[in-house]
Amino acid sequence: MDKFTTHTGIGVPLRRSNVDTDQIIPAVYLKRVTKTGFDDALFAAWRGNEDFILNQDAYKAGSVLVAGPDFGTGSSREHAVWALKDYGFRVVLASRFADIFRGNSGKQGLLTGVVAPENIEQLWKLLESEPGVEITVSLEDRTVTCGSFTCEFEIDDYVRWRLMEGLDDISLTLQHEDAITAFEAKRDAWRPKTLPAKTLPPEPVEPARPVELTVGAQIPVRDN
Amino acid sequence: MGTTLAEKLWQDHLVVKGEDGAPDLIYIDLHMCHEVTSPQAFEGLRLAGRDVRRKDLTIATEDHNTPTLDIDRPIADTTSRIQVDTLRSNAREFGVRIHSLGDADQGVVHVVGPQLGLTMPGMTVVCGDSHTSTHGAFGSLAFGIGTSEVEHVLATQTLPLKPFKTMAINVNGELPEGSTAKDIILAIIAKIGTGGGQGYVLEYRGEAIRKLSMEARMTICNMSIEAGARAGLIAPDATTFEYVKGRPHAPEGAEWDAAVEYWSTLKTDEDAVFDETVELNASDLEPFVTWGTNPGQGLPLSASVPNPAEIADENDRVAAERALEYMGLTAGTPLKEIAIDTVFLGSCTNGRIEDLRAAASVIQGRTKASGLRMMVVPGSARVRLQAEAEGLDRVFKEFGAEWRNAGCSMCLGMNPDQLRPQERSASTSNRNFEGRQGKGGRTHLVSPLVAAATAVRGTLSSPADLDDAVPAAVDAA
Repeated sequence: MDKFTTHTGIGVPLRRSNVDTDQIIPAVYLKRVTKTGFDDALFAAWRGNEDFILNQDAYKAGSVLVAGPDFGTGSSREHAVWALKDYGFRVVLASRFADIFRGNSGKQGLLTGVVAPENIEQLWKLLESEPGVEITVSLEDRTVTCGSFTCEFEIDDYVRWRLMEGLDDISLTLQHEDAITAFEAKRDAWRPKTLPAKTLPPEPVEPARPVELTVGAQIPVRDN
Repeated sequence: MGTTLAEKLWQDHLVVKGEDGAPDLIYIDLHMCHEVTSPQAFEGLRLAGRDVRRKDLTIATEDHNTPTLDIDRPIADTTSRIQVDTLRSNAREFGVRIHSLGDADQGVVHVVGPQLGLTMPGMTVVCGDSHTSTHGAFGSLAFGIGTSEVEHVLATQTLPLKPFKTMAINVNGELPEGSTAKDIILAIIAKIGTGGGQGYVLEYRGEAIRKLSMEARMTICNMSIEAGARAGLIAPDATTFEYVKGRPHAPEGAEWDAAVEYWSTLKTDEDAVFDETVELNASDLEPFVTWGTNPGQGLPLSASVPNPAEIADENDRVAAERALEYMGLTAGTPLKEIAIDTVFLGSCTNGRIEDLRAAASVIQGRTKASGLRMMVVPGSARVRLQAEAEGLDRVFKEFGAEWRNAGCSMCLGMNPDQLRPQERSASTSNRNFEGRQGKGGRTHLVSPLVAAATAVRGTLSSPADLDDAVPAAVDAA
């Protein structure tokens, strides 16, 4: 993983709360077996709307996303992080993040900084009044700077250290291999093992067939 | 001071205590994999020349993008087929147990684990799926992880984690007839919000929880993530032990006795202190439905679509305005007047046998609303077989519902089971996000009882709204 110290790039104001991972990348785009090639899928449903922020020329090359609270809720899909990174984002700033999304970001070198709501509001105003303006995020100082405005962001000390050093979690854990082996030696006998496999007796599963109303059948959608 | 259940489970799985701000290293008892979040993890192992450390604590099943029709034919969608084939070849290469499409033990990973008796109290359970919180119903610490963590667990059988905060959710009183576990959890999420549980393990406690069956407890813990929580827990008791006993992987003989002795200690001490406490009274709880585009936007079924102008918090107001626009709803419309196109019964939230029985008991002898589509997707192939043995499949088919094979299906619309733009569903699943069930699709989250009654009336309804008295019991086959 590349070391992260400071990043400067175009800020993108995303004035939405509860941006869930289904919005960041809809499930139909999760079928790749690689970690790249997800850039087109980022915010796929919203990008169909020409007014969407990333469809505006000034913000297209953005790399610092400034979003509303509870960013990254929902599904654990790490594809959300890959899609943001593939698009070119290096930093997401919000006043609150969903836990799993935040964990996934840290593993992939995407910086998630927690910024106070009033400072998010200030950043939104700055980015909207001067579209395409750059933001500098210093992980070393834990600060966000946009023009003459500077505020702090919060990040877990350990995650910050790992990002700055560009360290990989598995190698760090394997330094404790002896402790893991010792722990395994004293596990209780009742704890289940998947192998050898035990099941109820096998039974044939009848394949369901399409009936008169299949998915996609043209039933009119009702008005409400 | 005593400790909470979550803290005990943490202590019992602590391999290395983190120092100087480093996370603790936690041992993982069971790792479940599926086709969507595992390919890049196996690829990572391969590139680093690593093996799966504990194949005997790992299991894979195909669920997220498998079809629910024609499962004996090649998967039509090429990218889905590649993903499923990739899981199969990874399982073969690394020696991981897999239950593939067509196998009686295939199904949604969170239905399959408990059904095989692989989920039991006192464990740590992870899966690259946020609804892994389901397994907390057994008194295990169970949580969803991302693909990097999937690779980490495959390689090391551990995870570096910072301790979670603890929140008690006391659900007191007796749940009225017609209200279910789904209504409890939707009410909790509406109360604390989609971010209310962030950083916490929720422990569900109180009279109403103790009276729930294991499957109902799984429904509650399943949706902990929709409140933003890392995990949800319910202390194990006789109901739990009874459910586990006799399942294929349940301990036997002296091991069973040792397990029960340990499991019986798994409860929060009387003098333990939670970081946060929430109270909910179950005795006046009505069936709950969502009206918006996140699971916290829910109301009792007798309410009306809210007016965003009356919402004080600016973020919530803007979110509500957007939600009503997306959902095509007008403030003030009674929820019971919202017409539904498709009813989806299934998912890791409500795709178990008790859910199918509950829905069947409502629709039996009744007529489906004209023009409405109902899809029934059992949570696993075993659930489907069990339902067929009980004759429930006939009830659904005679009603005009589609009786499908097992999988995640329309819960997330990765396979062909999707809503069309503007199509409106009443769904027993867990997320009503924009486009979740298909681009432009509109989702109302409901319990199986509400789903069934809605299929009869054609608008969001509970069984109490049906004209003809109390639903008849389903005849045993």
